[in-house]
Amino acid sequence: MKYGKAKARDKSILGYFKYGFLCILLLIYLCPFYLVIINSFKNRTEIISNPLGFISKTNVSNFVNAFRQMNYLDAFINSLIITSISVLIIALFSSMTAYFFVRFKWKINRFLFFMMVTSMLIPFQSIMIPLVRIYGANLKLLDNKWILIYMYMGFGSSLSVFVYHGFIKSIPMELEEAAMIDGCTRVQTFFNIVFPLLRPTTLTLIILNVLWIWNDFLLPSLVLISKANRTLPLSTFYFHGTYTADYGLLMAGLLLTIIPVIVFFILMQKHIISGIMQGAIK
Amino acid sequence: MDTAKSFLKKLRTFLIFAGPTTFVFLSVVIFPFIFGIYLSLTNWDGIASAYRFIGFSNYLTVFQDQFFWNSFLLTVRYVLYTVVFVNLVAFALAYLLTSGIKGEKVLRAGFFVPNLIGGIILGLIWHFVFSRALVFLGKSLNLELFSYSWLANPQKALWTLVIVSVWQYSGYMMLIHIAGLVNMPKEVIEAALIDGANDGQRIIRIILPLMAPSFVVSMFLTLQRGFMVYDVNLALTNGGPFRSTELISMHVYKKAFLAQEYGIGQSQAFILFVMVAAITLTQVYFSKKLEVEM
Repeated sequence: MKYGKAKARDKSILGYFKYGFLCILLLIYLCPFYLVIINSFKNRTEIISNPLGFISKTNVSNFVNAFRQMNYLDAFINSLIITSISVLIIALFSSMTAYFFVRFKWKINRFLFFMMVTSMLIPFQSIMIPLVRIYGANLKLLDNKWILIYMYMGFGSSLSVFVYHGFIKSIPMELEEAAMIDGCTRVQTFFNIVFPLLRPTTLTLIILNVLWIWNDFLLPSLVLISKANRTLPLSTFYFHGTYTADYGLLMAGLLLTIIPVIVFFILMQKHIISGIMQGAIK
Repeated sequence: MDTAKSFLKKLRTFLIFAGPTTFVFLSVVIFPFIFGIYLSLTNWDGIASAYRFIGFSNYLTVFQDQFFWNSFLLTVRYVLYTVVFVNLVAFALAYLLTSGIKGEKVLRAGFFVPNLIGGIILGLIWHFVFSRALVFLGKSLNLELFSYSWLANPQKALWTLVIVSVWQYSGYMMLIHIAGLVNMPKEVIEAALIDGANDGQRIIRIILPLMAPSFVVSMFLTLQRGFMVYDVNLALTNGGPFRSTELISMHVYKKAFLAQEYGIGQSQAFILFVMVAAITLTQVYFSKKLEVEM
């Protein structure tokens, strides 16, 4: 008994030690963001003389200028439209496809499913050149938000179909059979019975896809050409190229780009963390 | 007549449920992929509408291209360091953050934050850290190590990429390892405790072998992301100084879109695909085998 107590106390000291260590490590981890925040309030000379110094006066002119010069609002709206529509389309059509592949084991379905799973090994770089050629030189469809959404659907469906497929396999068929006997069509059965059951999976996939599409750079940089179509990562990058030396302005721009994601994270934190952990088990 | 009708019915169901996904998937992924193999066998320069079939000569050029191999070996080194360090850091974090200390949830969320932000933004932030903040720190504290920007030093520039990638991904892989640790059967660990196994023995003999599935997933993801990394590379070093950090994705991009040698760029991209596929499949195969044996 005595031994047990001693051990528990020992453990709690170790616990505090671990806690302290992890807190310090986390502060080091988040240090780059801290630097962005403090320097976004300074002007160029202040940063060059001391990039680590604390803010002496709150000067928001960097934010006002960055907001205007990045076309922040346009870029934000473009990112919002592209991300939300792509994510919803992927969830809707991938779940239908996965359901169909699970319930109808036709040869063509098995072949398509196999092709989707293996296609996940293809690096985007092996597709981008012919993609630009087909949709640019041949079809002249580039520089258009909707074609980008179309491409996101193509690149995103494999993983989503795969994850939905794994989940739908575990749903018992009896529920659907009962609905079909009651006169529901396949489509009605799917939307009334199956789709609601898929909610947790849908949420996980929506989160994974939001993080991917919102932050993606290479594909939009190839597809969207005109300034008015740029997404947030694109406009931040080009903004950075134009004002390389004005660090305060750049930091303000970076902070403006980070804020929406952090807000999303704070609102969805529980779902994001558990979503990724569930995604890992599958 | 009957079979024709049932075929039409089947086709209708197929088109409703799988039609859109199949069509988009084939037109965005599979068709360009196959067309890309064909393009790699031509001398297309991106502008001329006429191009010729030239067989495997692009591949021959690539195999003799020293810059391609430099870039490839650089990528292999980068991937190796990243995979090792990401998984070490991630597992250590996961182990500490499942041991029942206070503030676990907040700490987990905190370490995850870099993953929310795109590679371009992270690269730009770290560009400032390496070129300004650390140099300032080095000069004012007289630390030789940081007195000159690592980004300007060909020996150190690759390490800046490794550091940023480890920093970025360890939080994500931490979650994968936490999922593995949380779902581990408690009885096994308790039994080991009763038998008098110490912390180290428990980690090496019991926990690590049971964690094999999590390591398969996290290594698969780090390998894939490592070979395909582009955003951080572009924003942090842009391949420099003196092409000392031009990883394979960037090399392919520059070959095709800047040097306008599309045929050669596409051959390189196809070689990249073959290598990534071979390496990831081998990794999954051996890890699965290990899993069963353990």
